[in-house]
Amino acid sequence: MTAASLLTALVAVPWLGALLLATGGALPARAVRALAALASLSTLVFGALLLARFDPAVPGLFVETRLPWIRSLGIDYHLGLDGMGLLFVLLTGVLGPLALATTLRRAAKVRAASAWFLLLQGSALGVFVALDFFPWFICWELSLVPAFFLIRGWGGANGGAAAYRFVVFTLAGSAGLLLAFAALYAATGTMNFADLAQLRATGELAGKLGGLGTLAPALAFLGVLVGLGVKAPLFPFHSWMPATYAEAPVGVSMFLTGVMSKMGVYGFFRILWPIFPAELRAHAAPLLVLALAGVLLGALAALRSGSLRRMLAYSSLNHVSYCLLALFAVAGAGRADGVAVEAALAGALIQAFNHGLSAAALFFVAGVLEHRSGGTSDLDRFGGVRAAAPRFALLAGVALFSSLGLPGLNGFVGEFLIFRGVFALQPLVAALATVALLVTAIFLLGFWQRVFHGPRSGAVTGTFADLDAAEWRVLGPLVVLMILLGVAPQLLAGLVNPLATAWAATLTLP
Amino acid sequence: MSTDYALLFRALLPEALLTATALLVIGLDLAWGPGRSRGSRLQMAVGAGLLGLVAAALVVWQDGSQGTVWAGNLRLDLLAVAVRLGVLGLAALSLLGLTGARASDQPAEYVGLALLATVGFLQMAVAQNLLLAFLALELASLSLYVLAGYDRGRPESAEAALKYFLQGGVSAALLLFGFSLLYGITGRIDLTGISVALAAHSDASLGAVAVGMVLAAFGFKAAVAPFHPWAPDVYQGAPPMSAALIASASKLAGLAFFWRILWSGLGPLSATSSLTGGAGGGWVPVLAAMCAVSLLLGNLVALAQVSVRRLLAYSAIGHAGALGLGLLAAGEVGPGPMFYYAATYGLATVGAFACLALLERAGDGDRIEDLAGLRRRSPLIAACLAVFVLSLAGIPPLAGFFGKFVVFAAALRIDGLGHPAGWVALLAIAMSAVALYYYLILLKQAWIADDARARGRVDVPPAAALGLVLAAALLLVLGAFPALLLGRF
Amino acid sequence: MSLLPWIPVATLAGAVLALAAGARSAAAARAVAMVTALFGLLAAGVAAARFTPSSELVTLVDVPWIAQLGIRYHLAVDGISLSLVVLTAIAATAGVLFSWTVAERVGEFFALYLTLVAGVYGVFLSADVFLLFVFYEIAIVPKYFLVAGWGSTRREYGAMKLVLYSFAGSALVLAGLVWTYGAGGAEGFSFGALTEAAARMSYGENVAAFGLVFFGFATLAGLFPLHTWAPTGHVAAPTAASMLLAGVVMKLGAYGCLRIALPFYPVGFAAWQMVIGWLAVAGIVYAGLVALVQRDFKFVIGYSSVSHMGFVMLGLATGEVEALGGATLQMFSHGVIAGLLFAVVGRMVYEREHTRDLVELEALPMHRRLPGAAAVFVLAGLASMGLPGFSGFPAELKILTGIWAFHPLWAVGAAGGVLVAGAFTLRVIQRAFFGRFSAVPATAAETPDQAVVPTRLTLPERLGALLLLAATILIGLKPDLLLDWIMPALQSPAFHFAASRAVP
Repeated sequence: MTAASLLTALVAVPWLGALLLATGGALPARAVRALAALASLSTLVFGALLLARFDPAVPGLFVETRLPWIRSLGIDYHLGLDGMGLLFVLLTGVLGPLALATTLRRAAKVRAASAWFLLLQGSALGVFVALDFFPWFICWELSLVPAFFLIRGWGGANGGAAAYRFVVFTLAGSAGLLLAFAALYAATGTMNFADLAQLRATGELAGKLGGLGTLAPALAFLGVLVGLGVKAPLFPFHSWMPATYAEAPVGVSMFLTGVMSKMGVYGFFRILWPIFPAELRAHAAPLLVLALAGVLLGALAALRSGSLRRMLAYSSLNHVSYCLLALFAVAGAGRADGVAVEAALAGALIQAFNHGLSAAALFFVAGVLEHRSGGTSDLDRFGGVRAAAPRFALLAGVALFSSLGLPGLNGFVGEFLIFRGVFALQPLVAALATVALLVTAIFLLGFWQRVFHGPRSGAVTGTFADLDAAEWRVLGPLVVLMILLGVAPQLLAGLVNPLATAWAATLTLP
Repeated sequence: MSTDYALLFRALLPEALLTATALLVIGLDLAWGPGRSRGSRLQMAVGAGLLGLVAAALVVWQDGSQGTVWAGNLRLDLLAVAVRLGVLGLAALSLLGLTGARASDQPAEYVGLALLATVGFLQMAVAQNLLLAFLALELASLSLYVLAGYDRGRPESAEAALKYFLQGGVSAALLLFGFSLLYGITGRIDLTGISVALAAHSDASLGAVAVGMVLAAFGFKAAVAPFHPWAPDVYQGAPPMSAALIASASKLAGLAFFWRILWSGLGPLSATSSLTGGAGGGWVPVLAAMCAVSLLLGNLVALAQVSVRRLLAYSAIGHAGALGLGLLAAGEVGPGPMFYYAATYGLATVGAFACLALLERAGDGDRIEDLAGLRRRSPLIAACLAVFVLSLAGIPPLAGFFGKFVVFAAALRIDGLGHPAGWVALLAIAMSAVALYYYLILLKQAWIADDARARGRVDVPPAAALGLVLAAALLLVLGAFPALLLGRF
Repeated sequence: MSLLPWIPVATLAGAVLALAAGARSAAAARAVAMVTALFGLLAAGVAAARFTPSSELVTLVDVPWIAQLGIRYHLAVDGISLSLVVLTAIAATAGVLFSWTVAERVGEFFALYLTLVAGVYGVFLSADVFLLFVFYEIAIVPKYFLVAGWGSTRREYGAMKLVLYSFAGSALVLAGLVWTYGAGGAEGFSFGALTEAAARMSYGENVAAFGLVFFGFATLAGLFPLHTWAPTGHVAAPTAASMLLAGVVMKLGAYGCLRIALPFYPVGFAAWQMVIGWLAVAGIVYAGLVALVQRDFKFVIGYSSVSHMGFVMLGLATGEVEALGGATLQMFSHGVIAGLLFAVVGRMVYEREHTRDLVELEALPMHRRLPGAAAVFVLAGLASMGLPGFSGFPAELKILTGIWAFHPLWAVGAAGGVLVAGAFTLRVIQRAFFGRFSAVPATAAETPDQAVVPTRLTLPERLGALLLLAATILIGLKPDLLLDWIMPALQSPAFHFAASRAVP
C-alpha cells in the first residue's frame, strides 16, 4: 500500500465503521458487535503494517504523505509517522478494541455506543498521524464530540455535568490553540508542524513572529501550552479530570486515560517543543514547578481519595506529569548532558505508553469491582477480594505493581529512565519527585491491602464472582503485555531511541 | 395689440376651456339635474368636468413651452407646462375620486368650483406680474374656501372652511401688502423688472419686510410651519376630495407660484446680506429655518395622532418642509426636483384621500383603528393605499422615494453642509425614519390587524377604482423611470 | 454568467406570480416560490461554474437610467458579490423548503418573501450606489409584513423595531452618501464617481461621512450597541424569515461596509478603526454571554447571530486583506449556519412542540422524539462553534490572522468569544435535546418508557437541511472554492487601502 492510502486508511476505517453503524439499515446485534470489533481491530492491523516499515536507523518520519489541500490557507494534507507516532498508534490499536469491548459489555443502545466510540478512536489516530494543523485540529476537536455523548449517555448519574465541563475546558484550551496558530499563520503563511519547526531551526520564525508585535510570541506560546495542557493534563488545568473519569463509563475512562491524555503529551513533543524551544527553555522553571505539582499533588490527592475512580484519576495526573517533567527538564537544560537527555526523553515516551496500559487495566479493575458491588467503587466497600476471586486479584495485582513501577513489569523502565535523566539535569526536582514515588507506593499498596486482602467485607460478602471469559479477554492481554514489556523493554525502546538520540543531538546547540 | 390679444387668448385657452366647462357643468345640472338622483347628477358633472380637463390638458400639451407671452406678463416655460399638466391631472384624479365619495346635495356646483379653482392654479403657474399673480391666487383660494366648507351636514366642515378662510384671508392681505412694498421699492410689477431693480439698489428694511410677507404667504399656502395651523383642521374637516385638492394641486401650483416670485423676482434678496442689511442673509436662511421647523413639528406631532386625516395633515406639514427644501435647491439646479417631488406627492395624497373618501362613504370613522381589516373588506383599496402610503414614506421603487432623493441630492449639491439647505436635507433624512413609523401603523391596521367588528365589503365605483389604479400605476412607473419626468427639465 | 442579471427581476416576477397563484391555491403558490428560488440557485450555480476570478468587477448590465443625476442601472459582479449571491440562492431555496407548511395567506407570504430575496440579490449585484440603495430599501418593507403577519413572539413590536432600525440605518447611509455626492461634487453615483468625490472632501468631512455611512450599514449588520433590534426581530419572525433575516439580510449591512464604507472613505476608516474594533469585540463577548443565560431557544440563536456578526465586523475593522477575506467567508458561513439553526428551532421544534422554553424542552426526551432534528442541530451547533471541518473555522482563522497583524489584543477578545460560543451552543444542545432523560441506563435491562415515538422529518425539511449542511461542510473542507474568488477581488484598486501585514 502507498503511504498515503495506508495512513488515510488507518484513520478512515474506524470512521467508516462509525458511519456504517450510524446510518446503515437494520443489522442484527451480533453483526453490529462484529463490525465494531473489526473496525476497531483494524488499527492493530495497520499498526503492524506500519511497524514492518519502521527502520530504526532513520530517526525521522519513516512514512509520510503530503498533498496540497487548501491552497489559499497554505494547508496540506500532511500525514506521517516517526517512532513516537507509531508508538501511540500501537497504543491506540491495543487499547481501542479492549475499551470498546468493555463499553459494549453491558450497554444499552450498542449500535450508538460503538459508532461514537469508533469516531473517537479514529479521531485519536488522526491526531497522532497529522502533521499539519488543520487536519490535526479537526481530529483534536472532533474527538470531543463522541466523548461528550459517550460520557453523557452511557455514564454515571452526573455524566451530563461532567461531560459539559470536560468539553468546555477543552474548548477553552482549543481557543488558545486556535489563537496561537492564527498568529503563526499570520507571521509565516503556514501552519504545518514540520515547516514551522524548520523555520524555528533556521531562526526565521522568531523574527517573523516578532513582526506581529512584542506580545505575539509569548501569546502564541501560551495558547499552545494551555491547549495542550488541558488535555494532558498539566497542573493546574486538570480540574475537569476527576469528575470526568469518575462519571464516564469504564471503557471510555480506559480510553480517556490511556489514549486521550497521551494526545496531550504527544502534542507537547510534536508541536510545543519543536516550534517554541526558546520559550520553553525560558519558562522551564515555572513549568517544572507545575509538572512537579502535578506529580506530588496527584499522588497526595490519590492517597486521600475514597473512591477508586478518583484515586486512579489523580494517579493518572501523577504519571502523566512525570512525562512532562522529563520534557521540561530537558528543555530547560543548558549545555546538555547527552546521555541524560536521551534517557529523559526516551523515558517519557516509554512511560506514556506503559502508563496507558497500566492505567487502562486499573480502570478495568475498578469497573469489575463496580459491577460486582452494584455500582460503587468506594474503597471502604470492599475487602478480601483475593479470597473471593483469586484470579482477578492476581491480574489486578500485576496491573497495580506495574503502575507502581516494580522492576520486571513495564512500568519500571519508563520511570527509571525519567529519573535517570532528570536527576542529571535537575537534581532538586528529581529529589522532590521521588517523594511522589513513595506516596504512590503508599496509596497503591494501601488500596491493594484494603480491597484485596483481609476478611471479606462490604460488597464482597455474598457472591463475588471471579473474572468471566469476556473480562479475561480484556484484562488478560493487558497483563501479558505488561509482563512482556517489563521483561523485554527493548521492544519499545527500539521505537523511541532513535528519536531520543536525534533530539539529544540537536540540543547540543543552544 | 390685436395680435397680442389673439396670442393671449391662445395662451389662456386652457383657462377659458375650464371656465366654460365649469359653466357648462352647472348649466347641464340645471337643465337635466332636477329629479335625478344625487349619484347620477354627480356622474354627469364629473363626466363633463373630466372632458374639460382632458381638453385643457391636450391644449397645454400641444402648445408646449412658448416662453413669455403678452409682453412678458405670462411665462409659458417648461415649468409652467409641467405644472399645468400636473394640476390638470391631479384635478382629474380628484374628480374621479369624487365619484367614490359621499355625494353632496349640489354636486355640479362642487365640480364647477373645483374647476374654477383649477383655473386659478393654471394661472398661478404662469403669472409673471404681481397683480396677475395675486388675482390667480385669490381665484384659487376663494374657490377652495367654499369647497372646504361644502359638507353642510358636518360642523367640522364649516369650522374648517372658516379657519381656512380667516387664515387665508390674513395671508392674502399680507401678500398684497408685501407686493405693494415691492412696487414701492422698485416701481415695477413685473418680476423681471423687480429683480433688476432690486439688484441695482438696496432698501434694506423695506425689502426685508416685503420678503417676510411673501414668505408668510408662502408658508400659509404650502402649510409650512409656523403658518400651518389651518392644515390639521382643514384636512380633517373638509370633504375628502376638497382636502385632496388642497393638499395636492394647490400645493403644486403654490410651489410654482412662489418659485417664480422668490427666485425670479426676489432672487437678489435671496442670500446676500448687503441688500437686506442688518442680520445678514436673505430669505434663504429664513426659509431654511421654516422648513426645518416644519419637518420637526410635522413628523413628531404626527406620531401622536389617532385620526388618519390629521395624521396625513401633519405629515403634509412635514412634507411641506421637504418641498420647501426643493424650492431652496431650485435656485441651483432648477425647478425639476421640486416639481417631481410635488407632483408625485400630490398623486399619493389624492390617492390616499380618495381611499378615505370611499371608506367614509361606506360609513367608517376617521380613526386609525377604523382601517382594520381593510385587506378583506377591499383588497383594491388596501393595495392602492399601501402604494400611496409607501410613496409618502419614501420607499423605492415608488416615486416618493426618488422625489425625496433628488431634492436631498440637489440641496446638498449647493454647497454641502456650508449652506443651510444641506443641514435641512440631513434633518429631512432623519425625519423620514420617524415618518416610516406612523405610515407603517396605517398599513399595519389595513393589512395585518383583524377587523373586530367584522364589517362588510366596501363598494368601489368603477370611476373611483380607475382613479386609484391610475394614481398607483403612475407612482410605480414614475418611480421606476424618473427620467420620464425629470428628463424634461 | 448570462443568467445572473436576470435574478432580481425574475425573483420579483416570481413574487407577483406567487401572489396571483396564492389566490388559486396554496400549493400553486408554493410551486411558484420553489421554481423561482430554484431559478436563482441555477443561475448562481451556472455563474459560479463559469466564473474566472479577477480583481475587477465584471459588468453584467450597464444602461443609463436617470441621466440627470448620472445614475445608471449597472449590475456587476466580483468574487465577493458572487459568493454572497450563491449564499442568497442557497438560503432562499432552503427557506422556501422550510416554509412548506405555512398555511395562511400563502400567496402573500411568498410574495413578500420573494420580494425580500429580490432586494437582497439586487444589493449584491449592484455597481451603482443609487441602485444599491434602491434594492436595499426594497428589502425593508416586506420585512415588516412578514414578521408582523406571520410571526410569533411579540411580532408587531419586533417587526416595527426591526424595520425602524433598518430604515434608520439606511437613513444614515443616505445622509452620508448624498452629502458626499453634494459636497464632493460627484458627477454620478457610480462607485468610482463617489470615491473620487469622497477624496475631494476635507478630512473632517471624510471622517464624519464615513461615520454616517459605516454606522448606518453597521446597524443592519448588528454591530454592538446598535444590535438590539436583532434578537427581538429574529425571534418574532416566522422561520423562513428568520433564516433569511439573520442569514442573509444582516450580511447586507456588512457587505455595505465592505463594498462602500471602507473603500469610499479610507481616510475616515483609518480614524474610526479602533472604535469599530472594540465595539465588535464587545458585541462578540456581550452577545455570547447573553446567549448563555437565555431561556427561549430562539433567543439563544438570535444572540448567537449577533455574536457571529461581531466577528465579521471585527475582521472588517482590522483593514487587513486576510481579515477582509475571512470576514466575507464568515458572511457566507454564518449565513448557512444561521439558516440551519433557525430552521431547527422554528420549523422542526416549535411547530411540533409549540414551545421554545428550554425548561420545558429539557423535560422532554427531545432527542428521541425528534432524532433527525437533534442530529441536524448537533451538526449545526458544531459548525456554529467554529469546529474545523465546517465553514466557520477557515473564516475565523483568516479573521484572526488579520487581527494578529493589526491589534493582537483583540485576538484575546475573539478567542474569548469562541469559547463562550462553544459554551452556550453546548448548553442549548444539551437542554433542548438531551435534557433530563439523557442518561441511558448502563444496563440493557432497564430501558426507558417505550412510549416515545420518534417523529421523522418531512421531505422538504430534509432537503433543506441537507442543502445547508452540504454547503457548510463543503466549504469547511475546501474553503478554496470561495477563497479563490474572494481574495483576488480584494486585490482590486478599490481595496488599495487594505494592509497586507499578514503574510498571505
